[in-house]
Amino acid sequence: MHVAIRFAARVIILVGFIVVGQTAYAEEKLIIAAAADLKFALDEIVVSFKRTHPAAQIEIIYGSSGKFSTQIRQGAPYDMYFSADIAYPRALESEGYAASKVQPYAVGRIVLWSQSRDAGMLTLAELAEPSIRKIAIANPRHTPYGKRAEEALRAAGVWEKIESKLVYGENVAQTAQFVESGNAQVGIIALSLALGPGLAKLGGFMLIPDRLHQPLEQCYIITRRAAANQQAHEFAVYIASKEARAIMARYGFALPGEVE
Amino acid sequence: MDISFSEADLSAIWLTVKLATVVTLVLLLIGTPIAWWLARTRSWWKGPVGAVVALPIVLPPTVIGFYLLMAMGPDGPLGWITQSLGLGLLSFTFAGLVVASVFYSLPFVVQPLQNAFENIPERMLETAATLRASALDSFFSVVLPLSKPGLLTATVLGFAHTVGEFGVVLMIGGNIPDRTRVVSVQIYDHVEAMEYAHAHWLSAAMVLFAFVVLLVLYTFNPTGKRK
Repeated sequence: MHVAIRFAARVIILVGFIVVGQTAYAEEKLIIAAAADLKFALDEIVVSFKRTHPAAQIEIIYGSSGKFSTQIRQGAPYDMYFSADIAYPRALESEGYAASKVQPYAVGRIVLWSQSRDAGMLTLAELAEPSIRKIAIANPRHTPYGKRAEEALRAAGVWEKIESKLVYGENVAQTAQFVESGNAQVGIIALSLALGPGLAKLGGFMLIPDRLHQPLEQCYIITRRAAANQQAHEFAVYIASKEARAIMARYGFALPGEVE
Repeated sequence: MDISFSEADLSAIWLTVKLATVVTLVLLLIGTPIAWWLARTRSWWKGPVGAVVALPIVLPPTVIGFYLLMAMGPDGPLGWITQSLGLGLLSFTFAGLVVASVFYSLPFVVQPLQNAFENIPERMLETAATLRASALDSFFSVVLPLSKPGLLTATVLGFAHTVGEFGVVLMIGGNIPDRTRVVSVQIYDHVEAMEYAHAHWLSAAMVLFAFVVLLVLYTFNPTGKRK
């Protein structure tokens, strides 16, 4: 019995060390929650940021903007939040979850993309053709890219004709993956992903005219928990730098201050 | 709260019940011979086959979802078969979810059946054989009646585990209303869209369902020592 208790105590101490160690480790980092369309651009910006800030420890989690805004309300440990729209960060700011203003950093574009054919030759109207059996878009209920895709399809007058062929990705990256694996013949994804390493080699894309949808004005905030986080503020400054903007531009983003 | 199930919620519930029913029936059909073979064989293959059946218990749903998506795609083996049969692709279809769930829930049906079959004394089968019962005959008149608790456990767990599926469906389903948007995915969407009231209703229904299922299982199938 005595031995058992001592053994149990040791196990508890060990578990405690692991848990505490894990938490402390997380504290020193800048953790960024970012919309999935930023996958390649933001990765590159971080690499470039580290050249001037070699001690920086940055971790980026990519996913759907809607999910992240929900998680931040529930106390998720994100120091910065890069949304694919302006509405989510604005709502967070008005509810007191932001330690910065809502800052625009890019304007996104949507494209029609296919792995198996040259989507550059496609029009939105041709999506109704029977040879196209599945069309992937991001979920319009909680992803900005999905909302814009739906608006464009409606504006082009094809939504009713193709609604039964739509499959919905959890975020715009999963949408791209549905198309890349050939399970959907075409998809509407972010231009920034179509220009990314992997996808640019395959198929082709057609830029969807931005008069067909609301602008994808993308904004970030520093979250309340990171108000005193030096790295977050340094990174925010860097996002507005010439280097970072050049990377954004290379992935097809229009830049704030340069449009209209 | 005056919000209750929306039409989309009801459609998700109905779809989930349909999926779990079809999957359970298919699993009982293919799981029974597998379990019987595993229970009786002395073959060297027993280990490897048992391990393959149990794989979904250990593998993360993401692994299963990823490989199934690749396999069902136009370049994958499953996709190649379904396309040459003129059926198109399985991904994003109800049939695709059935195939995925059958694999995913297989161990939850095979293992209780296997345990039940293993507990049937060899001499009862020998007795049946001396009474000139064919193998199939004795299976239906001796083995199955003796395996009732195992059958109940297998049926309930197969059904319940399919209802509880999420990761695999998210990866190969494509979230299509009435076809692949099951309850677990619908709840996820509600939460992402910050429709917490809706999420609460569906989630509470799932908790109730899970409790009732387990209650039925433990009440009618006490896990005491049985002769």
